[in-house]
Parts: sequence; structure tokens; C-alpha cells
Amino acid sequence: MSGYALQITAILIVNVVAAYAAYMPLACGQLNLGVAGFMAIGAYTAAVVSSAGWSIFVSIAGGAAAATLAGLLISIPVLRARGIYLTIATLAFSEIITAIILNLPAVGGASGFVVPDHITVAPMLATMAVVAVVAIWLSTTRFGLCMTAVRNDSRGTAVFGVGTRRLEVTALTIGAGFAGVAGALYAHHFNYIEAQHFNVLLSTYAVLFALLGGLQTPLGPPIGAVVFTLLPELLRSTDQWRYVGFGICVILLMLLRPEGLLTRRLIRRTVLRRAYT
Amino acid sequence: MLAQQIVNGLLLGGIYALVALAFSLTIGILNFLNFSIPALFMLGGVVSCAVLAKGYPIAVAVAAALAVTASTSLIIERFTFRWLKRSDSHIPLVSSLGFLILLENLVVIYFGSDAVGYPSPFGAASVRIAGVLVSLPQLASFALSLVMIAACYLIVTRTKLGRGLRSIAESPAVSEMLGVDVGRTVSGMYLISGLLAGMGGALFGISYLQVSWDMGSEVALKGICAMVLGGMGNIWGALLGALIIAIIEVLTISYLSSDAVNVVVYSVLLALILLMPNGLLGDRALLVERM
Repeated sequence: MSGYALQITAILIVNVVAAYAAYMPLACGQLNLGVAGFMAIGAYTAAVVSSAGWSIFVSIAGGAAAATLAGLLISIPVLRARGIYLTIATLAFSEIITAIILNLPAVGGASGFVVPDHITVAPMLATMAVVAVVAIWLSTTRFGLCMTAVRNDSRGTAVFGVGTRRLEVTALTIGAGFAGVAGALYAHHFNYIEAQHFNVLLSTYAVLFALLGGLQTPLGPPIGAVVFTLLPELLRSTDQWRYVGFGICVILLMLLRPEGLLTRRLIRRTVLRRAYT
Repeated sequence: MLAQQIVNGLLLGGIYALVALAFSLTIGILNFLNFSIPALFMLGGVVSCAVLAKGYPIAVAVAAALAVTASTSLIIERFTFRWLKRSDSHIPLVSSLGFLILLENLVVIYFGSDAVGYPSPFGAASVRIAGVLVSLPQLASFALSLVMIAACYLIVTRTKLGRGLRSIAESPAVSEMLGVDVGRTVSGMYLISGLLAGMGGALFGISYLQVSWDMGSEVALKGICAMVLGGMGNIWGALLGALIIAIIEVLTISYLSSDAVNVVVYSVLLALILLMPNGLLGDRALLVERM
């Protein structure tokens, strides 16, 4: 593969993992606009662990663990708020994290942080596969079923005796862990991180990938991430117009396929058609 | 020195208040966080700047900016409310994000990605009142913001449109049954929020003499803070919250550092949401309904 293709693949992998991070809370109806904050925690933890001489495996696990812990600690108080309040709270949390890192000279502050170990595309793909398998496996369990139920009707699910709050905390925490993995992968592949990268726009894109791909199945987020990472690249020849095209695509897609690109109905239809021919 | 900072903060707060109110209206009535408001704010600044640069008087420039933002806001209404009324609550939010990306990048194409000086006819004229230096354009902007907020309050409390809006905030289905034209009423609300955000952008240009394609996001985040602080859906709450947030921001810059602004402002926001999601002037019943 050429350098350009490798670079795009690496970005794609990070985006897929980030899309899963946004997918987990979304799958039970909560919009987390703080994915970038958890990614920053993962990336900086991985960078610090790695600088201390530990191997890449340990540093990625460390990044994921730190982000999961942060997710758990923040989601217990934050999930007192729901809906729009939760969205704004996670947004504020993410901004606080990046602002703190920006003012922390120990990790380079505004001038960024150089990460020693480099990770190639192959192990990144393997890590992404692990994340995807975990997400898909979760969706086949009772937990996954309850997540869908809460998304469709939170009060109704609570009536049937499901602890919706615990479910939401768990989903947000797992999502935060995925975000930590995404951040750690980013840090190790590009070997340089700065706080400004982990901004609101990054969180927004992660949420866009998950929603555009579709929340009905755990296969939606990667499809959304792949399509909407490659689309601006395909439109690259149009130079500045590519983000205009991206915006138009987002608006039209929400209008024409509000449930996302991949829906259960689409899967059923294509699988059935194949069965008949 | 302290008095000077507080005056600066108050004048900045007038502009935040317009943005906060634009957010607050859509949340209060449709329970929808409209992410295209930063884009409308930016359009207000950039369009008025472009018209001014062509040599037209300031009144024409502001009128043109308001016409553009109001009509853009009506287009956004189609794609975020009218055609998506029955869908999941995240969908309009994503569409409005699409508009934010679209409009910001259109402006980059036609206007460039650098900040542009705002050719204000008033420049940086200022007067000294009791030892405090007050910039005249900023003072005029503040007064105009107050007038717009008061007008918005009168529309919501005294007119047929306002009555319709308040009934939709209670329940869209019931108000439709009782004969409220929901489509037209919501269009009216988008029109008002477009005018508020556009005016905010133009006034920002006049006050701080600079506009750019990304001027909306920072102000919008402060506007959201202000809205939560004041209480979502409350008109005077938006103003009160905006003034407090702006004073906190200005004081943090002068007594701590400009890097600490985001930490302080967002910590205040997070603490507020967790400890008093109601805000200062919010409606407790509405909050319980939405959580």
C-alpha cells in the first residue's frame, strides 16, 4: 500500500473505534458529545505510559482503562441529567479535559506531546476488530436487548423492571473505554498529540458516523465511519467544496434515511433476496 | 480597574445574550439543541462585513445580514423540523450540524479562512464615564441587544404567535388539536432565532472589528453556558446568564490568564448541570418533564 492509502486506513480505523464509542450511549438513547474528551484521556495516558518504557500493548490497555475509569466516574453524576442536559454536560466535560491538558506543562501543554512507540496498520486493524467483536457480542446479550428497549421507550422499559440508569451508566462507560482505545491508537500511529486536536468537532464527527451508519445494528457505526471518512477523500479533487458536499450529504441522508444507512429492514431484504435466487 | 472589567464583561454579555436566547427559544419550545445557530451568527457577521466593504451604509449592511440569516433559518426549519417532525430527537440535531458544516465551509470558499477586519463606520470611538472607558459601538450594541430581547419577550407574552409558541412548548399534539397552526408558528420561531443570531453576529463585528468563518463556535458554547445558567427556555434567564458568564470570562482573563477561561467557564457549566439543572430562573416542572 502507498503511504497515502496507509494514512487513510489508519484514520479510518481510529474513526471506526470512535464511532463505536459514540454508538454505545446512543444505542440506549443518550447523546454523548464528549467522545473527544475520553479520546484525549486515552491518548495522553497511552503517551505517558509509553514514555515510561512500557510496551505498546500495555499503553493501549492503560489508555482504555483510564478512559473507562473516567467514563464511570463522570457518568454516575452526569447521568442524573438526561437528554439535552446530558449532551451539554458531556460537551462541557470534554472541553474541561482539553483545557486542562492545554494548561498542563507536564504533558507539553499547548506545544503537544511526542509519543515514542509507533504502531503499524496491521495491529491497529486487530485492535479495531476486538472492539467491533465486543460491541457485536454485547448486542446479542440481554444487555444489548435492554439497550434497544431503553432507546425505544425508556419509561416503558423501566416499568418492566429493567434498571435503566445502571444500563445507561454501563453503556456510557463502555463507550468511554472504546474512545480511550481510539485515542491511544491515534497517539501511537501519529506519534504526536496535541490537546487542540480533541475538540468538539471530533466528538461531533464520531456521533455523525454512528448516526449516519445507523443505530439499529452494531454494524452501522463502522459503515457510517467508512463511508463518511472516504467520502471527503473521494471529493478531494473538488478541493474546498468537499466539506460543502459533506454537509449536504449529511442533511440529505437524515432526510431520506433517518434511521441511518444500515437498518434491520435493509439487512432482512438483501438476505431474503439472496435466499430466493 | 475592576469596574472597567465589569463594564467590558457586561458589553460582551449583550452579544452572548442574543445567542443564548436563540438557543433557549428552540430548546424551550421544541426541546431541540439547534447547532446551526453558530452558523447563523457567523453569517450575520460575515454578510454585514461584505456589504459594508462594498461601500454601503451600516443600516443597509445590517438589514442585508438579517435578511440572509432569517431566510437561511427558514430553510433550516424545513430540514430540521417540518420534514422530520416524527423522527427520533437526535435526527434534527444531526441535520443542524450538517448545516453548520455546510455554511461554514461555504463562507471559507467565498471569504477565505483568515479573520477579516470589520470596516465599521464607527471605528473604536469611546467615551470616559466616571473613569471607565466605554466603547461607543459596544455600548450601542448592548442597547440594541436589550431592545431585541425585550421585543422577543413582548412577542412571546403578548402576541398570537407567542401564545401559539407557549402552547407548543406544553404539547405540540394538543395545541394542534386546539387549532394552533403548528407549522407556521414554528416557522415564526425559527425566523426570530435567525434574526437574534444574525443580529448577534453583526453586533459582534461592529463591537470587536473582526469577523471570520469560525467566529460562531466559541460564542455559541458560551451562549449554551449562559442559557443553562439562566434556565433553559426562560427569556430573561438567557440575558442574566449571559451577563454573568461574560463577566466571569473577562475577570478570568484579567486576573488568571486567557488560557484558564475555558476551564473556568466549562467547570461552571458542568457544576450547574449536575447541581442545579434548573438554572437561576428555570421552570422546575418543565425540567422534570424533560429528564
